[in-house]
Amino acid sequence: MTQKISKQQRMGFSRTIMGGSPSLIATRNSYWKKKTRSLLFFQILPYAILGFTAFIVVIPFFWMISTSLKTQEAFQTVPIQWIPESPTLDAYKRVFGIANVDFLKAYTNSALYTLLRMSGQVICAAMAAFVFAKIRFRGREVLFLAVLASMMVPMTAVMIPNYLILKSFRLLNTYTGLILPSLMEGLYIFILRQYMKGIDDAYLEAAAMDGASLRSIFARVVAPLCTPALFTLVLFAFMGSWNDYLWPLIVLSKKSKWTLQVALGVLNSSYNEAYDVLMAGALISIIPIVLVYLVTQRYVDKGVAVGGVKG
Amino acid sequence: MYQGSPKDRNLTIVLFLAPVMLVFLVFKAAPLVMTAGISLLDWDVLKPFSSARFVGMKNFSKWFSSGELWNVLHHNLTYLGLYVPAVIVLSVLQALVLNQEVKGMRVFRACFYLPVITSWVAGAIIWRFVLNGRWGFVNQWLGSLGILGPNWLEDPHWAMPGVVMACLWKDTGYYALIVLAALKSMDKNCFEAARVDGAGPLSRFFRITLPLLSPTLFLLFVYNLMSGFQVFEPIYIMTEGGPANATTVLVERIYRYAFGLYRMGDASALTIILFLLVLSVTVLQLAFEKRVSHGT
Repeated sequence: MTQKISKQQRMGFSRTIMGGSPSLIATRNSYWKKKTRSLLFFQILPYAILGFTAFIVVIPFFWMISTSLKTQEAFQTVPIQWIPESPTLDAYKRVFGIANVDFLKAYTNSALYTLLRMSGQVICAAMAAFVFAKIRFRGREVLFLAVLASMMVPMTAVMIPNYLILKSFRLLNTYTGLILPSLMEGLYIFILRQYMKGIDDAYLEAAAMDGASLRSIFARVVAPLCTPALFTLVLFAFMGSWNDYLWPLIVLSKKSKWTLQVALGVLNSSYNEAYDVLMAGALISIIPIVLVYLVTQRYVDKGVAVGGVKG
Repeated sequence: MYQGSPKDRNLTIVLFLAPVMLVFLVFKAAPLVMTAGISLLDWDVLKPFSSARFVGMKNFSKWFSSGELWNVLHHNLTYLGLYVPAVIVLSVLQALVLNQEVKGMRVFRACFYLPVITSWVAGAIIWRFVLNGRWGFVNQWLGSLGILGPNWLEDPHWAMPGVVMACLWKDTGYYALIVLAALKSMDKNCFEAARVDGAGPLSRFFRITLPLLSPTLFLLFVYNLMSGFQVFEPIYIMTEGGPANATTVLVERIYRYAFGLYRMGDASALTIILFLLVLSVTVLQLAFEKRVSHGT
């Protein structure tokens, strides 16, 4: 409503600035000149700027797709063949046929890792957030301080001891070991706690009247009410897990356990100059996440705006 | 507020907090102490722990007296100096571009966000080819303008700027969304009033938009300082610290010393140095936060 008014006002203002109603003051000729100029300025210019920026951002992706469809000789041409003259799927065949990297296995590994880490992170965070938001007990503030403190400890600061701890528990090269340290995501707990605080206690009390325990109140009442927040966090956890590199690189030394990112890193160092194969590998690794993003774009945008969450 | 029976309540607290708190103790709190402890040892991780020797502060004094630490810090600071101002300026510009009300904005937003959702490994691989001295399109375009482009990632002087370019491409879209959220939350009446008073678009931007953005930009600045000290993936994939060690950075060195050379003591000492740097940024943030947000 207010926006509508301000729009009308704005039109009014611009008319006053331009000097009254155009049909009265300006001659027919200069009126059209002005009209085309403002059309150019306010209709075409935004698209031109947007288009130019988008072009710069997207061109490396186009280049990746184009290169992955070329032969060894074709990607080494000057000037560049932006559209491959004789497209071939050769590079894709080679990616899946490489001796020292099992790409198909890496793909399923990544899917498993993503599913486990994502659900683990969000479920653990939701349970902790429920306690912090809805149950009063002594020591709650101190424990929540631990959550806040954990956000200040970067993963890089603890990766060596974490590696040694996993080693002593014989958890290297296992997915349990890979996932355990990331089960506490301080930011997720923080965001969900804020969200749950906004849920009216009347819902909880109504469920309690029916004799529900706190745990079933969490599972049947609070968690469903948090669906939007949970969904956004699931998305970010998905992206963070699918793209995670350094920690899997440290923990997974066995070839059969490699995630897609680790496999891609190995591909990068062993196929240094075979850019057609590298681009094919890169493209394959991006596809799932791009599809998920395109379907859920609205929620991702909102999530960044609200929580500033990054994978 | 409903609190349940004492038994129910206690059980819920323990059950629901246990996973998170155990992980906190075992994988966050204890490791921090362990890192400090290991940094005082000379320990080859391939040998049993009993072979480790206590050497006191020797690992630190070794780092501070060797040229390597200063080189590494120099590279980290070069990275920060090139990356942080550029990413802030670019994300503000991109947010302004995104803030226009035109049809089809969703498509453009998706385009701008594509690099953010791309994994660093894939992104860095793409940029290795983009910056390739002979076949990369950056140099071919420079060539068509009559400029002989450098051999980016193989040239010690140009490797870091090359990496920074890739980082800007990858990150701008993310920070632009944060700036955009701040732009959208601004009171439109302010701009209307200024417009009526005859302020042009430029002076509106510098006198209203920018001051109102300052808390957001400060946050981006701090966040990027912290993550800049920890930059790893682009360096590791694109240059592996090369050429001729021209792009070695803290985390890359920690990884190399710990998991390539198995020298846990040296790597842990460097980790402590990194942690103190990141912590000092946090302290700086807390000190300046009030002053910056006071501006609004």
